Amino acid sequence: MIRGRKAKLQVFRIVAFVLFGGFFVMPIYAMFEFSTRGNGADAPRTLANWQAIGTYPDMVAGIVNSLELAAITSIAILVVLVPTMVWVRLRLPRLRRAIELISLLPLTIPAIVLVVGFWPMYQWLGNNVSDSILTLSFAYAILVLPYAYRALDAGLAAIDVKTLSEAARSLGAGWPTVIWRVIVPNISSALLNAALLSVALVLGEYTIANNLLYPNLQVSLVSLGRTNAGVSIAVAVASLLFAFALLIAISFVGRPRRMRSEVA
Amino acid sequence: MVGGRRLSLDWIGAVPFLAYVGVFLFLPTLIIAVGAFFGESGFTLSNFANLSRSYIVTATVNSIILSAVTAVAGAVLGALLTYAIATGNPKGVVRRIAVSASGVLAQFGGVTLAFAFIATIGPAGFVYLWASQHHLDFYSGGIWLYDLRGLELVYLYFQIPLMVLVFLPAVDGIRPQWREATESLGGGTWHYWRYVAGPLLAPAFLGATLLLFANALSAYATAAALINQGGPILPLQISNAITSEVGLHEPGFAKAQAVVLIAIVAIVTALYGLLQRRTARWLQ
Repeated sequence: MIRGRKAKLQVFRIVAFVLFGGFFVMPIYAMFEFSTRGNGADAPRTLANWQAIGTYPDMVAGIVNSLELAAITSIAILVVLVPTMVWVRLRLPRLRRAIELISLLPLTIPAIVLVVGFWPMYQWLGNNVSDSILTLSFAYAILVLPYAYRALDAGLAAIDVKTLSEAARSLGAGWPTVIWRVIVPNISSALLNAALLSVALVLGEYTIANNLLYPNLQVSLVSLGRTNAGVSIAVAVASLLFAFALLIAISFVGRPRRMRSEVA
Repeated sequence: MVGGRRLSLDWIGAVPFLAYVGVFLFLPTLIIAVGAFFGESGFTLSNFANLSRSYIVTATVNSIILSAVTAVAGAVLGALLTYAIATGNPKGVVRRIAVSASGVLAQFGGVTLAFAFIATIGPAGFVYLWASQHHLDFYSGGIWLYDLRGLELVYLYFQIPLMVLVFLPAVDGIRPQWREATESLGGGTWHYWRYVAGPLLAPAFLGATLLLFANALSAYATAAALINQGGPILPLQISNAITSEVGLHEPGFAKAQAVVLIAIVAIVTALYGLLQRRTARWLQ
């Protein structure tokens, strides 16, 4: 009877993995298929759509904008968050819970709600400071805050921040030296993790840019999709591949630490 | 007074972070919460009164139905997939691939997802072309992909993986000994699921369903990329009211709608938290 149950379970598992696998793989395969179609019913496969990406200046501008935003956002969030988290661990332990709550708060506020509040702020920014798309970095740093916080928190939990910094301080190091030359090298994989996650999130962001009327990668993608579906899907596949590469990089970055903790 | 001085210096270390979240997280929240009660001529409740406009009521009801359908369907299908994953080798390749794929796909909503489904079952997608060659025209009653029914299907693409991520820890907490205990007391498969595993997993399942509901309710990008005209769901209506692509620019009205959305999400998230705590009693 038990053997019968096991066999039934195996059949269920295989059927489930095939069906779900099909559902999840099909749309991604379809994008490759669509972006490599030639003109006409039986035309051979072609990369014409891919080669045409560069001939759409708005699309190229959107890609460049998003890459710049990703770079600025990921550096800015680390510059703000790392010293704060280290400082709070060392000198303000009572604030730690509050900082954590604040950092995770953006997870529960939908982006479409946040953007309603950002609208008048960005109007003011645009009129008085700068209407550059790069000002979106301020909003994006809020979006990536929970993810960066979690990555950095895991990194800081794995080292003894207190002992390390006390040792450095007793040797005469100032706070900038403690953070830059003692803490940072010890949490390098967590830093990379947080930065890569931020890049992936910023490159995929649509809600805020679209509603504040800034043409980032995803916004340009949608408007290109209305005129040339083939090329827009080629860009979508390219950005997807880039995001996958980032996520694979993250899983490699994460691995050595996990192995160390298994040994310990 | 040394202690007092040190305390004030310590606080300075947290100032950059607090100033930043103050301006870019709390200020926008405050702008919404306060602005919802103000019109051009001072304090007013008209922004909330406007919520009774028929297209807003329709959009809200549509949003709730869409979220409920994709939450329940996503939870049931996701639970099946979770069970298939959990019953395999805990260190096997299949499980590792399934879990990391779920992590990626749960975040996959947005423009790319909409495009992926257009390329699959859109009027020029290969699945539709293949099906119509075989006399299976699933758009004979109109192209439902760009409609609410299309959204229901597309949302499942990130709802099911999210279910796997949230539900897997609970299913992993079930111990094989409990099944053996049931059998040694003479119980069969039905008894085990009805009286042991079912009640243990129920809070986790319900909690995960609520999380999926909140997730679908907050989603904007996928719907915006898929649906070009009108605003059948609340997030699209909020966008219409701020960007004034359709009709008037009504910032106060957008804020009132945002308050409604965040209120529903907050209630659902709070219930999720309660159920999570209940789950943790038995299943870690």
